[in-house]
Amino acid sequence: MTDTAELRRRTRDLLAAHPPATTDRTDFLKARFDAGLAWVHYPEGLGGLGAPRTLQAVVDAELEAAGAPDNDPRRIGIGLGMAAPTILGFGTDEQKRRFLRPLWVGEEVWCQLFSEPGAGSDLAALGTRAVRDGESWNVDGQKVWTSSAHVARWGILIARTDPDVPKHRGITYFICDMTDPGVEVRPLRQITGEAEFNEVFLTGVRIPDSRRLGAVGEGWKVAQTTLMNERVSIGGMRIPREGGMIGPAATAWRERPELRTHDLHQRLLTLWVEAEVARLTGDRLRQQLVAGQPGPEGSGMKLGFARLNQEISGLELELLGDEGLLYDDWTMRRPDLVDFTGREAGYRYLRSKGNSIEGGTSEVLLNIVAERVLGLPPEPRTDKDVAWKDLAR
Amino acid sequence: MSDLLYTEEEEALRSAVRSLLADRCGPADVLARTESEQPHDRELWKTLADSMGLAGLLVPEDRGGQGATHREAAVVLEELGRAVAPVPYLTSAVVATETLLACTGDAAAELLAALASGRTVGALAVPFATAPGVARTGVRHEDGALRGEVTGVADAAVADILLVPADSGLFAVDIGRGGVTVTPQTSLDRTRPVATVTLDGAPARLLAEGAEAETAMRLGLRSGAGLLASEQLGLAEWCLTQTVAHLKERHQFNRPVGSFQALKHRLAELWLRVVNTRAAARHAADALATGSDEPNLAAALAQAYAAPVAVRAAEEALQLHGGIGMTWEHPVHLYLKRAKADSIALGTAGRHRAELADLVDLPAPATP
Repeated sequence: MTDTAELRRRTRDLLAAHPPATTDRTDFLKARFDAGLAWVHYPEGLGGLGAPRTLQAVVDAELEAAGAPDNDPRRIGIGLGMAAPTILGFGTDEQKRRFLRPLWVGEEVWCQLFSEPGAGSDLAALGTRAVRDGESWNVDGQKVWTSSAHVARWGILIARTDPDVPKHRGITYFICDMTDPGVEVRPLRQITGEAEFNEVFLTGVRIPDSRRLGAVGEGWKVAQTTLMNERVSIGGMRIPREGGMIGPAATAWRERPELRTHDLHQRLLTLWVEAEVARLTGDRLRQQLVAGQPGPEGSGMKLGFARLNQEISGLELELLGDEGLLYDDWTMRRPDLVDFTGREAGYRYLRSKGNSIEGGTSEVLLNIVAERVLGLPPEPRTDKDVAWKDLAR
Repeated sequence: MSDLLYTEEEEALRSAVRSLLADRCGPADVLARTESEQPHDRELWKTLADSMGLAGLLVPEDRGGQGATHREAAVVLEELGRAVAPVPYLTSAVVATETLLACTGDAAAELLAALASGRTVGALAVPFATAPGVARTGVRHEDGALRGEVTGVADAAVADILLVPADSGLFAVDIGRGGVTVTPQTSLDRTRPVATVTLDGAPARLLAEGAEAETAMRLGLRSGAGLLASEQLGLAEWCLTQTVAHLKERHQFNRPVGSFQALKHRLAELWLRVVNTRAAARHAADALATGSDEPNLAAALAQAYAAPVAVRAAEEALQLHGGIGMTWEHPVHLYLKRAKADSIALGTAGRHRAELADLVDLPAPATP
C-alpha cells in the first residue's frame, strides 16, 4: 500500500537522483514517469503506483517546492485528459507501453479526430469510413474543429466500420498516425482571426489493426470514456477567487473609476456573485471526489463556465468603452494552445463564444443533465434501430 | 477552503428532521393551518425545539444549548424549507439566539438558555425585510419602559419574548407583562406571518447598549441571512423534485410532457442553479460556524445567489404544473409565497450585492 510518507520518500529519491537544476527537462520528466510519480493512480510501469488519485497532490507539492519542471498539461491537454484515460481503459498492454510515456512527458502531442462537418452534436452520425483490408484498415473522410492537429503526432479517431447497423453500433475507435500518407491538415481560421483549429482530410489512410482501441464496432462505448473525461477537464479546474474571467473585469473596475456606470456596476456584481458561486460548486465537486462520493454536479460545470465566460467578457468590452471598439491583433496565427489571459478583452469575448459549443454544445449537455441526472424521458427518436446507411442525410 | 460537504452526523440529523416532518407536516397540514386561527404549529415546534433539542444548536452547552454549529442548523433549515414548515426556527433559534449570544449581560444569558430549551420563543423586533447592519426602529426607551411601533415582525405572533432595538440600546420585552400588543398583519406568506408590535409603556430589560447592541443585531441578522440560503435551498429542491415527477407523469400530445426539449432544458437550468445554491449555502454555513473565509462575505454571497433561485424554482414549478399550479389545493402556492417573502427577508439580493461591493472592493460609481 502506497501512503503519503512512501510517496514523499519516492519523490525525494527522484529529486536526489535527478536534481532539477542540472537535469534536462525531458530527462527529468522521463525519470519521473519511470518512478511512478507521473500520475500515481495509474498502474505500476505506466507512470503510476496504483495509489489513490488524491495522493498526487503530495507528489506535486514536493516537486513544485523543489522547482522541478512540469509537463505543461495545457499544451498536451488532449493527450493527457482524453487519449490517456481511453488508452488506459481500452488499450492493449503493448499500446499502453508504447503511448503513455511519450504522451505524459509531452514528447508526443495528441489530437482528437471526432467531429465532422455532418456530425457535431450528433457525433454518432459520423461518416468517415474505415474498411478492413487484411491486417489494416483503409480510412477515408473529413474531420473538423481539430485543435492541435498541426502539431500532433497521434490522433484518436472514430470511424464507421459497419454502415449496415444503427449508427451507434457501427463505429470503431483507432489511433491515427498523423504523419502517415493521406493525412492532410489544413488550418481553419476562426472569428478571433487565428487558426486554433484545423480541418483534417483522410484519404486512403492505412491504419494497422494493432492501432485499433477496443473491439470492432465498440467505438461508441470507447468514445464515451474520452468524452466524459473531456467535459470533466473543461469544467473541473481549481481556481482561486477571481481566478477566472471575472478577474480582469474586476481589475479594470478597480483601476479605472472613470469607466464606472450604475448599470455596469449592477451587472458586474451579479456576475461576480455567479462566478464566485460557480467556483464554490467546483470546490464542492472536488471535495466530493476526494471523499469518494462523486456527484452529478460535474455535468453542469462546463455549462456554467461557458455562460459566465461569455457574459463576463461581453460586459468587459462594454466597460472598456472606446477601447472596446479596438482589437489587439487580427494576424492569422496557429497557436499551440489557447491562451485566454495573454490576450485582450476583445479576443476573450470572441473566443468564449466557442465555450458553449466545443466539447459538447450547451444544448446537448442540458439534454444529458435532464435525462441522466433528472431522469426525464428522451424525445422520440427517428434514428433508433435504423441502419446508418438508411438515415436521411 | 471551507468544508462544503455534509458530515455523517449532519445526514443523520437531516433524516430525523425529515421523517418527523413527513409525519407531521405534509402540504395538506400546512395548508389547513394557514387558514386556522393559529398559523404556527406549536406542537411541531415543541417536538423539534424541546424534544429533539434543535432550538439550542447554536448555543454552547455551558450556556444551556446543544453546542452544535451553523452547519447543523443549516441542515435543519433545509428540511424546514422543503416542508415550508410553520415554525419559528429561523427567527427564534437563529436570529434571536445569535443576537443574544453576542450580548454579555446576565439578562441575555438567562434569555439565551430559555430560548435554547425551546420552551420560550424569541423574536428580534425589526421588520423582517431588515438586512444585516441596518437595524433601526423608532422605539424610544423612557423610564424603564418602551414606546413605539414596529411593523412586519416575523413570527411575533408566536413569540414569548421580543428583543427590541430602541434609541438607547437593545431591550428584552416579555409579551405577557402588558404594554405590548402584537397585531397579526395579513401576510403574503402565511407559513411565516408578520405582525405589528405596538409598545405602549412596555416594561423592558436592557440587554446591550451602544456598539455591543449594534454588533449583536448585526450578527443575528447576518446568521439569519446566511442560513436563510439553506431554507431556500430546501424549498428550491422540493420545487424541482415535484416538478420533475409531475412532468414524467403528465402526458400531452401523446408523450410525457417531460420529454419535450424546451421543458427539459428549463429543468436542467434550474438543477444547475440548485447545485450552485447548495455550494453557496454550505459555504455560508461553514463560514458562520468556523469564522473562516469571511463570514460577512459568505452570508451576503449566499443570500445574493439563493433568493432569486428559490423564487425561480417556485415560479417554474407553478408554470410547469399548468392549471393545477394555480389552484389553492395544490401546495405550490405555499412555496411561491414563502420563496417571494424569503427574497425580501433579511435584505433583498440587491442589498446583499451592495454589501458585497464594499467587501470585495467593487465600489459603486461616484455620484456626480
